[in-house]
Amino acid sequence: MSKEFLLTLTWLAPFPPIIAFMLIALFTNKRRSLTTLIAVGGMLLTTLFSFIVFFNVAGDHKLGEAPLRSQFAWLPTGDTTFNVGVAVDPLSALFLFMVPLAATLIFIYSTSYMGNDPRYTRFMAYLSLFAGSMMGLVVSDNLLSLFIFWELMGFCSYSLIGFFYFKPSAYKAAVKAFMTTRVGDMFLIMGMVYLYSQTGTLNFYDTMRNEEVLHHLAVTPAIIPGMTAAALIGLFIFGGTVGKSAQFPLHVWLPDAMEGPTPVSAMIHAATMVSAGIFMALRFFPLYESAAHVGDTTAFTIIGWIGAITALLGALIAVGQYDIKRVLAYSTISQLGFMVAAIGIGGYVAAAFHLLTHAFFKALLFLGSGSVIHGVEHGHHHLHAHGHDDHASSHDSHDVGHGHDDHAADNHGHTEFDPQDMRNMGGLWSRMPITFITFTIGGLALMGAPFITAGFWSKDEILGHAYHGMTHGSPLSTVVFWTLCVAAVLTAFYTARQIFMTFAGEPRSEAAAHATENPAAMTFPLIVLAFFALTVGYMNIPEDFEFAYIKFGAIASGFGIDHWLGHFVGGMLPVAEATLPFNSVPVVFSVCIFLLGGLLGLWFYGLKPLKAGETDPVENLGAIFTALNNRLYFDELYRKLIINRLQRFADHYSNNVDKGFIDVFLHAAYAILSDIAEVFRWFDKNIVTGISNLIGDVFRRVGREGRELQTGQVQNYLLSALIAAVVMMVFFLVFQ
Amino acid sequence: MIPNILSILTFLPLIGMVLVLLTPERSKNTIRWGSVLFSLLPLALSIIAWASYDMKQSGFQFVEKAVWFPQINSVYQVGVDGISLPLVVLTCFLTPLAMLMSFTVDKSVRAFFALFFLLETATLGVFVSLDLIVFFMFYELSLVPMYFLISVWGGANRKYASFKFMLYTIAASLGMLLAIQVLGLASKSFDLTYLLSTAGRPFTGNNQVNILFADPSVWKGIAFWTFTLAFALKVPVWPLHTWLPDAHTEAPTGGSMMLAGILLKLGGYGFLRLVIPLFPETAGQYAPILAILAMLSIVLGAFAAWGQNDFKKLVAYSSVNHMGWVALGIAVTASAFATAVDPHATSKLHDIAVFAGADPHAVKDTLTPVLGASGAMFQMITHGLSSAAMFAMVGIVYERAHTRDLTKLGGLWNIMPRYGAVLIFCAMGSLGLPGLAGFASEFLLIRSGWAAFTGLTALSLIGLLVTGIYILKALQKVLHGPLGHEWAHHPLSDMNWTEVIAVAPLMLAMLVLGIAPALVMNLINLGVSKLFG
Repeated sequence: MSKEFLLTLTWLAPFPPIIAFMLIALFTNKRRSLTTLIAVGGMLLTTLFSFIVFFNVAGDHKLGEAPLRSQFAWLPTGDTTFNVGVAVDPLSALFLFMVPLAATLIFIYSTSYMGNDPRYTRFMAYLSLFAGSMMGLVVSDNLLSLFIFWELMGFCSYSLIGFFYFKPSAYKAAVKAFMTTRVGDMFLIMGMVYLYSQTGTLNFYDTMRNEEVLHHLAVTPAIIPGMTAAALIGLFIFGGTVGKSAQFPLHVWLPDAMEGPTPVSAMIHAATMVSAGIFMALRFFPLYESAAHVGDTTAFTIIGWIGAITALLGALIAVGQYDIKRVLAYSTISQLGFMVAAIGIGGYVAAAFHLLTHAFFKALLFLGSGSVIHGVEHGHHHLHAHGHDDHASSHDSHDVGHGHDDHAADNHGHTEFDPQDMRNMGGLWSRMPITFITFTIGGLALMGAPFITAGFWSKDEILGHAYHGMTHGSPLSTVVFWTLCVAAVLTAFYTARQIFMTFAGEPRSEAAAHATENPAAMTFPLIVLAFFALTVGYMNIPEDFEFAYIKFGAIASGFGIDHWLGHFVGGMLPVAEATLPFNSVPVVFSVCIFLLGGLLGLWFYGLKPLKAGETDPVENLGAIFTALNNRLYFDELYRKLIINRLQRFADHYSNNVDKGFIDVFLHAAYAILSDIAEVFRWFDKNIVTGISNLIGDVFRRVGREGRELQTGQVQNYLLSALIAAVVMMVFFLVFQ
Repeated sequence: MIPNILSILTFLPLIGMVLVLLTPERSKNTIRWGSVLFSLLPLALSIIAWASYDMKQSGFQFVEKAVWFPQINSVYQVGVDGISLPLVVLTCFLTPLAMLMSFTVDKSVRAFFALFFLLETATLGVFVSLDLIVFFMFYELSLVPMYFLISVWGGANRKYASFKFMLYTIAASLGMLLAIQVLGLASKSFDLTYLLSTAGRPFTGNNQVNILFADPSVWKGIAFWTFTLAFALKVPVWPLHTWLPDAHTEAPTGGSMMLAGILLKLGGYGFLRLVIPLFPETAGQYAPILAILAMLSIVLGAFAAWGQNDFKKLVAYSSVNHMGWVALGIAVTASAFATAVDPHATSKLHDIAVFAGADPHAVKDTLTPVLGASGAMFQMITHGLSSAAMFAMVGIVYERAHTRDLTKLGGLWNIMPRYGAVLIFCAMGSLGLPGLAGFASEFLLIRSGWAAFTGLTALSLIGLLVTGIYILKALQKVLHGPLGHEWAHHPLSDMNWTEVIAVAPLMLAMLVLGIAPALVMNLINLGVSKLFG
């Protein structure tokens, strides 16, 4: 198909969901089935457009050098204009495949999952805007319009996380998500204007694929001494990634974000929000590289460390969680850390690859967990058909039979039933077989089950990259390699723990015992995602990959897909990434990691599944468990050290400074000038009037009336104010 | 093309005022609807002027000149360019909407709407006049209706607030009168086009004031500082801002909309129209001070807004925060324009410039002053829209709940779904959510600020961060959470159609300008490039 046609489709791709949002918000917010039609229809249309584009460019290995581009003048800036436009390059093409696919499935799932919610139409409207914004972000050809959609997504996530706005935990989580990511966004803005004032453009191809610009940035000293502009701009922009992709130290918002309905979590954790952060970091990869090229590795080092710390931190905390979604949330943080660490050690393709596979299996896991929660909820409803009083508000939702997700996750200590607590589950494998099988597939992909799951291939690629760096004497790669290995073992362990706690053994609550499988609208997306969670990794098997005498690479090249992703996405870089020779050592590590973590999980949770009332084995860790369960106290620390102080300052500023200081001066000046005015008044009264008395009665009367008019405080004050102002000004000018 | 369009536009509201005064006080609805309908006429004229403005040539258009006060060399002269025309349109756009939001005013309706028309004429007069004496007259005239709107129809603390407003602004404009006299003495003319020309530039060549002081530059300093003080008060720049929260909070809803939407813009307009073009070197020299104060306005204004529990005061402080960005853009323009005029000009306040941490490697071109000025201009437009909308939203909830105490509101989204959706939209506009108008202007301001005052711009971003906090705080305290007991027993009605009609145009404008800022930016860019390019 012609380039123009593909570009037209690319232009159109973000619009159907955005238009759907407007239509639903303005016209069909009272009509559920029409809303379903518009929202799902819009998403399907976007999928159609995107897939046509993707499958037309997927075979083009030169796409990286000659992306499809189109732009128009958006903002006049002096004699020049700021142009915005769309572009299809390998990276965006990849997302044109992943995002609409995952989003469509989430939409279909939502129609059933949220079908009974009284605000169903509002939900679908926000979800549409969310998906549309992500599409816009993906096809943007410049940082400014990327940022516009980036922030729109932030707004959507704020609205959706706080969807149950009457619940304090929900709106607090929403504000937290918005503000935490906004901290990162401030850095991103700095990076943006820094880049713009250095290069005069924000277009990705005029900057990131332009050797001259990259070189200029790499040799220009930054405003912070000792750094290059390239590294500092890169780090500022990476600040946006830290916020959006929930990296340490701004990771705190993501676990709370599951206050939103579960499809939102799937949306945030897989198709949109957090992927956007990595996506942007990948876009600016050449910047880090060019800085490293001239010896300034600050950016790479910081990114690598942040990624490694996050990967480990997330995996550790996930071990100590009971909430089925919270485990997944920390798992996302950890997996994003893997990607960021990969970027830090220069593994561009590896990061993109893991981003892709993770999107599928994490969407699967979240939708699966939603299915579990939904099933357990129904079991609970089944038991308490009439006694279900889900929240305190005197809200009209009582009469509607919804309720999943309405339960605050922070119900610890309450006797209220929590359908998200894995301690209340167990034995679901036979009650919800489709959910069980698909969830297990997703879990295996997350654990990195060798050769059969996508997660294995991408995680192995990151580890392989780190291993290569380590053997070539890079200390950062060494740190990354060992940290990721530990994190990966923990990943396999907590995933196994989750699967066994949820599905194995006997039900630990009446609700779980009565749980039933969900309708096809919810299980169908699970099946599709499970397929991709298994297979999507096969598109990037290195040609020379061989393990246990099986020539995986050769098989893949038989299908013509060997290292397809590497060739395709690798074309994004101005200097192609060197293909690493195959090394079986990291593969052995990958396999062992899976086995070690998995067997630990099997040992503690699989062989002897938890029974009702039994203590979870990880609680034997004592203080460590408590710390992990309390998320290592990050929230408390931030609140105490930063937020409370700022809040106190804000609360007292206007009283102390504006009223207590500035206005005090003002009032004092007013008092002094009033006294001066009194002098005038005295002068007026005694001298002027005295003289006028001498002149005669007529004049005296006129004088008295004139005085009545003219000795009002305002005028006298103003006169003196003017005199004072002039005196001060003259004083200042003469003696400056 | 209508002849004398600007004069007709400016004085048309006075006819409206007379008509209102001729209507009997008891026919309140006639006065209300009649005023709104009549105020559409100036709006239509302003749109005609906008549409027929020749984008191929910059500079003043629709210029009219008439003999007025030959004894002091003052002529009646009006005209608009890319700086004033957007503000003219904004004024005409906001007036009917502010009137719509004033339908609940029940005390002396006739006088209220008459004053509104007077206010419109006065502000339009400021923006179109090209003679400094005429400019000053309109400037002063704009204070009168505002004073009465606050002191008669205001809230509980209206006397203090209106008095403070009056004192601040009159004290400032007395100084401005002095400055205008000095300019007139220097250049023997009050004609702005002449003053801006090479021959007429005050304090250059023979255009000096030689009385009283040995050094004529003293007069230049007096003129500069009095102007600066007057406009800085109006913007307002920290620490001259304390009149604003009082005045905005006490004013009636419609008054707050005009005050925040239009009157604050007189300050920014004064800087761009008079201070920087007439005193480029001096302005450039002292720009770092203004930049520091702008940064403080942004940051402290945001923190002050965060600390408020009065919904209206929160929105009022948000104006300090938002207008701080305008001040920053003005400082950037002044600083960068001075170096563009005289590349060898080094700031006397070198230390401050170093503290401000200007990026020495930024693309040094003519772009920075242009971007700073157009960012400031566009920010004034977008703030005019968003602040007016926010004050309208405050008014709507106050009408019903009779309280603005954020600790007492809460959960209103449950019973006012339409209001909730509109409030979220307007709040996001105020927050500067990309896709809505406020973002494009902030982006330009941060970009130009980065090149001129890197450190200060970075610090200002703290204010931008806190903007998010106070906006979300307002949303949360008004809409979210369980419904307060009080409101469960006294259900509040949702937005009515009058209110929707009043706010919808603002929302539409925010959306359209967010998606296509060029609609206005083309015009602004033209005017700004001519002045500072």
